[in-house]
Amino acid sequence: MTILLDPTNERTIAGRTLTARPPSLQGKVVGLLNISKPRGDVFLDRIAEQLKATGAEVLRFTKPTYTKPAPVDLRHEIAGKCDVLIEALAD
Amino acid sequence: MPAPAAKKPSLPEGLVAVVKRDCPTCCLVEPVLRQLREVSGRLTVCTQDDPSFPAGLRAVDDRELEMSWHHAIETVPTLLRVEGGVEVGRTVGWNRKDWEALTGVSGLGPSLPAHRPGCGSLSVDPDRADALMARFSGGKIRSRRIELASLEDEMESLFDRGWTDGLPVVPPTEARVLRMLEATRRAPDEIVATVPPDLAPASVEKVAINAVMAGCKPEYLPVVLAALEAACTDEFNMHGVLATTMPVGPVIVVNGPIRRAIGMNSGVNVLGQGNRANLTIGRALQLVIRNVGGGRPGEVDRAAHGSPGKLSFCFAEDEEGSPWEPLSVERGVSAGVSAVTLFSGEGTRCVIDQKSRTADSLASTFAANLRGLHHPKLVFAFDAMLVIGPEHARVFRDAGWSKARLRAEIDARLQIPWADLARGAHGIAEGMPEQFRSETLPKFRPGGLLLVHAGGTAGMFSEIVGGWQSGPTGSQPTTKEVRP
Repeated sequence: MTILLDPTNERTIAGRTLTARPPSLQGKVVGLLNISKPRGDVFLDRIAEQLKATGAEVLRFTKPTYTKPAPVDLRHEIAGKCDVLIEALAD
Repeated sequence: MPAPAAKKPSLPEGLVAVVKRDCPTCCLVEPVLRQLREVSGRLTVCTQDDPSFPAGLRAVDDRELEMSWHHAIETVPTLLRVEGGVEVGRTVGWNRKDWEALTGVSGLGPSLPAHRPGCGSLSVDPDRADALMARFSGGKIRSRRIELASLEDEMESLFDRGWTDGLPVVPPTEARVLRMLEATRRAPDEIVATVPPDLAPASVEKVAINAVMAGCKPEYLPVVLAALEAACTDEFNMHGVLATTMPVGPVIVVNGPIRRAIGMNSGVNVLGQGNRANLTIGRALQLVIRNVGGGRPGEVDRAAHGSPGKLSFCFAEDEEGSPWEPLSVERGVSAGVSAVTLFSGEGTRCVIDQKSRTADSLASTFAANLRGLHHPKLVFAFDAMLVIGPEHARVFRDAGWSKARLRAEIDARLQIPWADLARGAHGIAEGMPEQFRSETLPKFRPGGLLLVHAGGTAGMFSEIVGGWQSGPTGSQPTTKEVRP
């Protein structure tokens, strides 16, 4: 009988359900998160224009660098202020 | 499975002799043991193989070897003197003078020879030592124990569970992991780092398990621990190095006395196959990131191509043959102290120059080759490591160039005119955006070029290892001392 030791972190990943999708963005606050890739701003400027035309309020956020996860404070700020978030890559 | 208990049996007061029947010296001293029992009365005999031996002395049965293992008996007979529960003296084998000194009894075994070496204790028998270690010190292991079914192939079971990098791994049994843990003074439950992308804490024990799997010898463990510490800093940014679409991974350069102590290669084929320490240390780091951090290709690892170096990329600097101070010293570690420096790097490419005999000429060769790194029209976004071979380094030694001088000379040759860099220039869309317009731009940011001395002594070659997004918004070279 061979006994081996578990090399993993032995965590059980918590299952999370998706937030309910709003039927319309009318009157909703939509956050646009620029992850700081080149030309992400160009892409998001255009998205912002289109969202505003549908009656959504748009808030803009920027990650300090695309190479690292968003800082906790930024994530909390977005969660507190927005109904919906769009995270943008570009390049 | 539950962890086995590890309780150390206490020693009886007075004299304690550990013996086995299958030892001629133990049989020889049988009359001495009787003599001691009669004289002092405070003699306990522990026997490893036959509780009826020595006859009439009511020996303590240590066939389970618990007493022998916990009290580090390596030879039988061993005679201990115990006062207040603490061992205050020990002698091994038979030596009349030593036994008399330890017991305070004279005239022991008058008909015996003056001395006779003992035999090996069963508790250190190679056939039993691993099982005993797992049994008696396994309690300090906290990881989940996985019992394989009798028909399950060990190697295949590790692949099936997704714990390998695509190559077979050494099965991490308790005995192997315990031997690995013996190589560090750090406690098994000490947290070494928080490992991305899952931001999971990695204990010394988890690192040891993965080091076993990678094929490390125990003496490599301190290097693996230091490499993991360096990788999981904000400066090195292992999360980004893992997640990027670029083909980079952690490149580990080892400096200091530990290179030689564990037999690392810094010479012929230094960046290639064949050296266990080089190969398995780099692999152990990657296995920790995979198994503890949860970083797997196709998941958070989004590399478009990756590189063979992502299996393992670790080597030692040739300090002895170098004209310059070691990389670690340049980066602030005291000379003679072992350290690792991590660099986020891709594969290697060779710089050939067999004609240059002047430092100026060779510096120009280096600059010309470095200029094309990643793209000839992209500058200062990427660092590079130049691994300079001994025959190239000799040219700079002869010229009296310091490492700083060489770096400055290369940088001076890599001030690139805007006309060569602008987007669209030379009919190539790729290039530097308008916001950086300047008469010239440097290929490398200040300090963005690392110089390391390594390689075989024949061949006027060096190697370029291209970097990734550099600086505080990407990954910065990170140095950590190796701690025992």
